[in-house]
Amino acid sequence: MADANAEKTEMTTRESTEVGKHESEMSLRPPVDIFEDAEGITLLADMPGVSRERLNIEVGKDMLLVEGDAQIDMPEGMEAVHADVRVTHYRRSFALSSELEADNIDASLKDGVLSVRIPKRPEVRPRKIEVRVE
Amino acid sequence: MFGNRTNFGGSLFDEFRRLESEMDELFGRGSWPAGIRSVAQGTYPPVNVGTTPEQVDVYLFAAGLDAKSLDISLQQNLLTISGERNAPVKEDVEYYRKERFDGSFRRLITLPDDVDPEQVEAQYRDGILQIEVKRREASRPRQIEVK
Repeated sequence: MADANAEKTEMTTRESTEVGKHESEMSLRPPVDIFEDAEGITLLADMPGVSRERLNIEVGKDMLLVEGDAQIDMPEGMEAVHADVRVTHYRRSFALSSELEADNIDASLKDGVLSVRIPKRPEVRPRKIEVRVE
Repeated sequence: MFGNRTNFGGSLFDEFRRLESEMDELFGRGSWPAGIRSVAQGTYPPVNVGTTPEQVDVYLFAAGLDAKSLDISLQQNLLTISGERNAPVKEDVEYYRKERFDGSFRRLITLPDDVDPEQVEAQYRDGILQIEVKRREASRPRQIEVK
């Protein structure tokens, strides 16, 4: 599964969609955990401030894009005195490989943590191969 | 908005200045002393602090927190926040990336002197912990009418 490492950069060109309007803006790269088991690959991404309505996941044949906008409730006229976070748009994309079932991706979001499950095609799941001793 | 980068001097020029100051910090040639409680860039969780004449708001960008583990205290104007974020390494799987923070954290933040430790509210939503501290009324700017 070397392809899971073949992550595309923010400069990736792709067909424009309604989220393409963010293309020119700066975006945050959410930290991720990615791991694989026999049935598929799981991706966890920290996107604090993103609600379900502001989350966008796009799955292409060979690409997974996650992006979202953080909403911060602030009183009017607030002045920043310290800001580690200056951009509220998250965006990161990953190259998928053909043995993954891109049509069957499952995603959930809780407390700003996005969890994406990408199953492997049944035919590529590892099978125990019995060795017969004659 | 924190997202509106103009508030933070978000122009490209300011980005360069920020980069320059980070380089300065890296090479120890900065002319500005860093806040004694400031932490290195990238420390979990990132924090924003904003003020209005009425209140001071602290935002912690801490996804996946166990709200029960949070311990928030305010002594005079020193805000202490500690908590735990669990993102343990799973067994029997193969990891390609492990970037998310796992463990306990503690941040100390100096707030303006006029905050009122009796009027603090905190809420946790969508992975952002927001702490709102009211400022003492006496120190709020008052409009003075000229008769």
